[in-house]
Amino acid sequence: MSTGTKDHAGLADIFNEDEARVDWHDETLWFVRAKRDKAAHTLPEWEALRENASKIKDNVLSNLHDYLLQFEAKAQQNGITVHWAADAKEHNEIVTSILKAQSVTRIVKSKSMLTEECHLNEHLQQNGIEVIDTDLGERIVQLAEEPPSHIVLPCIHKKKEEIGELFHEHLGTPQGESDPQFLTAAARVHLREKFLTRKAAITGVNFAIAETGEFVVCTNEGNADMGAHLADVHIACMGIEKIIPKRKHLAVFLRLLARSATGQPITTYSSHFNKPRAGQEMHLVLVDNGRTKQLGRADFRNSLKCIRCGACMNTCPVYRRSGGHSYHTAIAGPIGSILAPNLDMKEYADLPFASTLCGSCTNVCPVKINIHEQLYKWRQVIVKEGYADKKKAVAMKAMEFTLSHPFVYKNAGKAGRWVIKHAPFMVNNNLNLWYKQREMPEPPKQSFSEWYKKNNNE
Amino acid sequence: MNSRAQILSRIKENQPELSSLPADLTAPLQYPDPVEVFSTVLSNIGGTTVPVKSYEEIQQYIKTQFADQKRIISTIPELSAVTEAGWEGQDPHSYEDIDIAVIRAHFGVAENAALWVTEELMQQRVIPFICQQLAVVVQRKDICSNMHEAYAKVADAVYGFGTFIAGPSKTADIEQSLVLGAHGPKNMTVFILEMAKD
Repeated sequence: MSTGTKDHAGLADIFNEDEARVDWHDETLWFVRAKRDKAAHTLPEWEALRENASKIKDNVLSNLHDYLLQFEAKAQQNGITVHWAADAKEHNEIVTSILKAQSVTRIVKSKSMLTEECHLNEHLQQNGIEVIDTDLGERIVQLAEEPPSHIVLPCIHKKKEEIGELFHEHLGTPQGESDPQFLTAAARVHLREKFLTRKAAITGVNFAIAETGEFVVCTNEGNADMGAHLADVHIACMGIEKIIPKRKHLAVFLRLLARSATGQPITTYSSHFNKPRAGQEMHLVLVDNGRTKQLGRADFRNSLKCIRCGACMNTCPVYRRSGGHSYHTAIAGPIGSILAPNLDMKEYADLPFASTLCGSCTNVCPVKINIHEQLYKWRQVIVKEGYADKKKAVAMKAMEFTLSHPFVYKNAGKAGRWVIKHAPFMVNNNLNLWYKQREMPEPPKQSFSEWYKKNNNE
Repeated sequence: MNSRAQILSRIKENQPELSSLPADLTAPLQYPDPVEVFSTVLSNIGGTTVPVKSYEEIQQYIKTQFADQKRIISTIPELSAVTEAGWEGQDPHSYEDIDIAVIRAHFGVAENAALWVTEELMQQRVIPFICQQLAVVVQRKDICSNMHEAYAKVADAVYGFGTFIAGPSKTADIEQSLVLGAHGPKNMTVFILEMAKD
């Protein structure tokens, strides 16, 4: 909704009302980025690892058809039931039908950006199924009735006092208590009861191995494991691009993932699910939801290499100062801004413009996605398709006309200088986005060509 | 056309020309003393290493250091004298009150202090996650440098479930303050066993 009320700039304005919070958010994410650098520098082969990971993913995308078939056959041999979902709707229906077949009405779910993308929670609730998100950050935003604002740090936009308030209201912790240690202990007790009483667990998938049919789920909290190993039914949901060819390739990706995400050498748990345990049902849902379309867009297919580490968000000067919710999509930040327009170009037309194109995202990406180049390319597609913000489109048209007509260009400069000097209100107003948080510069007395003419006695 | 056929045909249509798999990474970082690196990394992520020469030493440690803990279970026969008998094969939910679980790992990895544990070493999958404290026994000779060596050791092993565990369960979701013991173990002890006769 680039021209509606819900565009990135408008939502960033809301986030920017609390300047102290913006500063904290900015500094905290930069701190995480610095930890990433430190972790990366411990490995002399870091750049070779990135290159290797990127090449493996190139191979995956070029052979996805066969890898998916290989994975499916192996997983089925292992006793996993494999489902295919063309879109979010079908994914949600599959999950609901598995749960309904077992008469399950209450479930636990560990972090899965795919289920956020598909709005699974809302769908399940509409079908009378209660979902408890078990990742602490996700549980916090769930209690606040908000979406996650970051794929790795879901409640990074919240202050501990607000979390204390939420816990007081929902978990009965003492009013005014905001110590992270205390609040985490309270959440542990609250969520343990859920793990012990829910019959079904949903998890995401970080990697799925074509060679073996197993899938790997990474967490620090152990919530995916607590859910899956206690439940009678385990449903794992994954985008089709999560396939990697061989088990040994996990070495490359597990070395990169946590170091890029938080600067840890590895997540606490990297769990490999190969077969259901005795008496358990294990389902895996393979989801397309626009991925095959993105695969066909030569300029944008690289975005499917993403391993969801969040490094591009932590480093992004725009993300850090606008907050995850300003992107109004499940996956915020630079990578989200190249994934979202594929799903709905009109709705997310604003996102590729929410960038300075500084390229820092591309530099930290563990699988070497050319994120900033894709943002630039999306802008061109969006303008060409007529989805650009009206103000922006008009400005660009005017610019194009001016730059291609020398006479207009010369006089436009003169007019501009005259306006700033004699009618500053024409530019120092809220219609001019560059005026926000800035004063317009003093206009120069003359243009360079005027100066040149005068000084060379032409 | 069902969704499976539809997805597969769209992939076939849209996937680019085959690009071959890269060669494996050459010469990943090797440590002259992987055990020392392992111990340092583990302590950085909130765990503790205890070098031991025998199972008797581990028994002694359990008796003295975990004396106040009520429910201590182990999957290691050599530790049966100091741990609960007959706990195996129950409903996984019944393990909720386990204070300490002592299990074996196949091997450890120095670069990240991760330990590879498969289902048969846990008895039940939930054990290393549901206990309040986790202790793992690993042979000193089985600590390798990096994840490439680790997966060379796993090779094509067949398991129903396997996991790398690196330190205690943790979260930093509240204002990036690190808290140990999110859902799983609040701390982790790794016994590095070097038998005298080795």
